[in-house]
Amino acid sequence: MRRWLPFEWIAAVRFLLEGRMQSLFIVAGATIGVGVIVFMSAMLEGMTSNMMRRILNSQPHISMVPPDEVARPLRDGDTAVNLGTVQRRTQRTRSIDQWQAVRVDLERNPEITHVAPVVTGSVLASRGVASRSVNAIGIEPDRYFAIIDLPGAIAAGQPRLFAEDVVIGTDLAKELGVEVGDKVRFTAASGTMMTLTISGLFDLGNRFTNLRNVYMALRTGQALLGLIGGSTAIEVTVDDVYAAEDVAKVLQATTGVGADSWIKTNAQFFNVMNIQSISNTTIRLLVGLSVAFGIASVLIVSVVQRSKEIGILRAMGASRGQMLRVFLIQGGVLGLIGSIFGSSLGLVAIWGFHAIARNPDGSEFFPLIIDWWLPVSAAVIATATGVVAAVTPALRAARLDPVVAIRG
Amino acid sequence: MADPVLVLDQVKKSYAVGTAVEVEVLHGLDLRLEQGEFVALIGPSGSGKSTLLNLIGLLDRPSAGRLILHGEDATTLDDSELTRLRGRAIGFVFQYHYLISAFSAVENVAMPMLLDRGFPTDAMFARADELLAQFHLSQWRNQPVMQLSGGQQQRVAIARALAMNPALVLADEPTGNLDTRSADRAFDLMREINETRRTTFLVVTHDPRLARRCDRIVELIDGRFTADRPNVAVREEAV
Repeated sequence: MRRWLPFEWIAAVRFLLEGRMQSLFIVAGATIGVGVIVFMSAMLEGMTSNMMRRILNSQPHISMVPPDEVARPLRDGDTAVNLGTVQRRTQRTRSIDQWQAVRVDLERNPEITHVAPVVTGSVLASRGVASRSVNAIGIEPDRYFAIIDLPGAIAAGQPRLFAEDVVIGTDLAKELGVEVGDKVRFTAASGTMMTLTISGLFDLGNRFTNLRNVYMALRTGQALLGLIGGSTAIEVTVDDVYAAEDVAKVLQATTGVGADSWIKTNAQFFNVMNIQSISNTTIRLLVGLSVAFGIASVLIVSVVQRSKEIGILRAMGASRGQMLRVFLIQGGVLGLIGSIFGSSLGLVAIWGFHAIARNPDGSEFFPLIIDWWLPVSAAVIATATGVVAAVTPALRAARLDPVVAIRG
Repeated sequence: MADPVLVLDQVKKSYAVGTAVEVEVLHGLDLRLEQGEFVALIGPSGSGKSTLLNLIGLLDRPSAGRLILHGEDATTLDDSELTRLRGRAIGFVFQYHYLISAFSAVENVAMPMLLDRGFPTDAMFARADELLAQFHLSQWRNQPVMQLSGGQQQRVAIARALAMNPALVLADEPTGNLDTRSADRAFDLMREINETRRTTFLVVTHDPRLARRCDRIVELIDGRFTADRPNVAVREEAV
């Protein structure tokens, strides 16, 4: 008997050890439960961050764009509108009004980490008889690369963007049959034509992006799209990616320029993720509940089995509080042990699954992200669950009338 | 003269109080136990012996009257004070030993001290070892109690009842479950403790042999004391 342990702990551990089989089975149950929860959490975490990484690799957190051009109906006085229908204006490619001033504003905002003006527009990329419509993006490389890691995605050549250079995606290069060093002709809708040399090929991990985006110097883009000195969008990254939508709303209100956050443009993805996380949470909750019921039922049986012993302990001077704690501790200990084994099981399972589950090309199906908070929080939650599950049996033990218990 | 260990003053006990089936089981009992007495409580089944023992053992509260234990009026104490007084002033020995099976012999003997103190100390185990030695149980010190014989278990239970050096030991048919030899041995131990430590014993028994060896015999029939005499001769038929 350890000298420094209080009676409650000694009795709780002895009771658990004495009911070895029961304890073993319920610990096994808790282990499986916690294992499932840890496995699912780690998996969801990996999947989500994988998807986010793919999205945010090729997209800024917020895009500042010129506000929609609207046709204003003619008004008679204050209220009456003379025209029955108002046709929506066509949206031409145009620069953000006073974009340099907006950029200065954005750079001062503490929530914003990087700002990069770009000019974008549709052009035709052609080589010989092959032509593809692409999205020409004129950028200032130093600023833009802080937002989208193009240099990190370069598959061939280098991310060099002088006036005559262009960086295109690997898929577009395949379709046009070009390599680094080849020339491609770009034609804007206005008829402006430019021949640029491919300095690098990128692979941002998204076929659509690889096919559609071509990067060139800002000035080259401005010239090609006929927007000299203009910028059609200012790309922004923020500190907290999940707060992007809130930041975007504030920016829109303060600058008068339109602001689209990645959350808004990827609403679909967020819907899927939400549903995923709701169903995951539900499953985790139900698994946790069944573990809790398991612990509660084992302890209730234990209280019934030991009612005479509890009675005699009470007769010998054990307080209700002491009996209550003996059983609460048993619940907590079962939960804690279950969570230790369960976390190990879950982490081994996710590690094994990560090793086995591969994409057809052999790359990982999802990144292995093991947050060390996961087992720690699993242990805390499982212990708390065990204690809560033990409340009913513990109250029963505490309320046991020693007279009835000893005689019955 | 020292204070009495126990005083019952018009103690009544009723069940189902306030209902149509209210029954009074004990009808105003008076009793006084002095330190060092060894008293037998006899009476037929259903006479209220167990009820009385529960009241004296502070496991239950009287419906009326006063119960003074070791100078403290137990009827005025709240639940936790009662538990504390019970743990310190009273030792229990039951017909079945009711040892805690998850603990060894020495741990069972130390249990009342452990409950009182909250955590184990070396002094507790020294005291428990002393008791085990006195009861010739030292060699089974670390045995799980379920591996001991019935007589040994009952001796462990008696040692446990004495752990807190209580003023009063309540024994409910302490030898009822033992063969004659073990019963004699257990009884001898209780008498020995009674004589050496001046611990007061109140023993409920059906066994006339046992009752005859007590100093004083109190008879309870239908909730009333019908006899209270020093042990000169106890007639077999009265038991």
